[in-house]
Amino acid sequence: MRFMNEYRDGAYAERYRKAIAKVQTKPWTLMEVCGGQTHAILKYGIDQLLPPGITLVHGPGCPVCVTAVELIDKAIEIAARPGVTLCSFGDMVRVPGSRNDLQAAKAAGGDVRIVYSPLDALRLAQENPKKRVVFFGVGFETTAPANATAIIQAKQRNINNFSMLVAHVRVPPAMEAILSSPNNVVQGFLAPGHVCAVMGCAEYEDIARKYKVPMAVTGFEPLDILQGIHICITQLEQGRTDVAIQYARGVLREGNIAAQRLMQEVFTVIPRKWRGIGEIPESGLALSERYAEFDAERLFGLVDYSVEESTECISGLVLQGNKKPVECPAFGTRCTPETPLGATMVSSEGACAAYYRYRNIS
Amino acid sequence: MCLGVPGKLIEIAGEDPLFRVGRVDFAGVIREVSLAAIPDARVGEYVIVHAGLAISRLDEEEAQEVFGYLDELARIEEATPRPEAPNPKPQTPNHAFHE
Repeated sequence: MRFMNEYRDGAYAERYRKAIAKVQTKPWTLMEVCGGQTHAILKYGIDQLLPPGITLVHGPGCPVCVTAVELIDKAIEIAARPGVTLCSFGDMVRVPGSRNDLQAAKAAGGDVRIVYSPLDALRLAQENPKKRVVFFGVGFETTAPANATAIIQAKQRNINNFSMLVAHVRVPPAMEAILSSPNNVVQGFLAPGHVCAVMGCAEYEDIARKYKVPMAVTGFEPLDILQGIHICITQLEQGRTDVAIQYARGVLREGNIAAQRLMQEVFTVIPRKWRGIGEIPESGLALSERYAEFDAERLFGLVDYSVEESTECISGLVLQGNKKPVECPAFGTRCTPETPLGATMVSSEGACAAYYRYRNIS
Repeated sequence: MCLGVPGKLIEIAGEDPLFRVGRVDFAGVIREVSLAAIPDARVGEYVIVHAGLAISRLDEEEAQEVFGYLDELARIEEATPRPEAPNPKPQTPNHAFHE
């Protein structure tokens, strides 16, 4: 596929490996923020290609992994109500809530459907006016414009049997939470390419300045990641803390203004609880008052429901770069993709699932 | 989850920018995507699609930058004794790679 395959070229990867080895003189720890990047790093063995002094730790950028247990419980509860069709992205259906998952809700008779886009869910609502169609709106800023578009279209076309259970999270507050933790190990970031394609770089420039940490807004193919690492390591070696754009083929410094307007129209910034991490101020998006009629939490009376998380899963430490998946005692034994204890083992972009799949466990 | 797939816009339908859709060719697989976030998209352009919405254009010239950067790096190294990275956006990308 054009704009993908050419960035998997082994000869260029080798040139990048040499270039990185040449520029690096001290040990450095970088975090790739996005789960898609984690997946590519493990799949292509990029971490094993790097000089021993460079450590990659895996960030919180897997929305499936950080969606709070109580939101999954709410989705399950909604799916069990009569006359409801609950639509979700595929990787959410096997994430454990406090008792079971959406797949179990489907097995128990709930109408749970996997869709590719919130606009598919909206179409389903239009075609089935007697059903209450609820979309489980999980995701970072990359996904928010699509969800915002679905909500605005529903309002304009008076599709009143459509609503959304909004679980949106924002990347920059999570990066700040990591950087301000006393246990922080991160010295530079590969910032998330598609989030920045939407949001631009301004929020990241603020963080780079405030915490004196360099970043490369990076894509998702092996050569993208290697170039992002080279840019970050060069900055660290030279004592610079800029936000460079590696993924320039898809990212403008100002982002996508039209997409940002769609988000601003529909969403408002709220504090959000992250699975394994806890509440982070200003880290979530919820529907604004103007669109409250589409808020599934209000429509189904679930606003006040909350639940404590179980403690055995250490995904919170993994998502902040403090532990590697293999350092968890349950990894590969009590916790596998078939019987996950936490979401980092469920989603293919979760660090634990990526280690389980691409590293030989013996 | 933030997976974005590049594809070529082959057809555009609709007047209202909020409801405008495009047919996008993903290496032979054609899907309809919303163009609500790229109101001025044109047929023939490449876009990045996520969750049914085109979220960004692909800049064909910048797409070569990953390869040009390495050549720029080699050039700088020849010219200076200390290794320094090039600006990640060189003015004249070197088209070292051919599809």
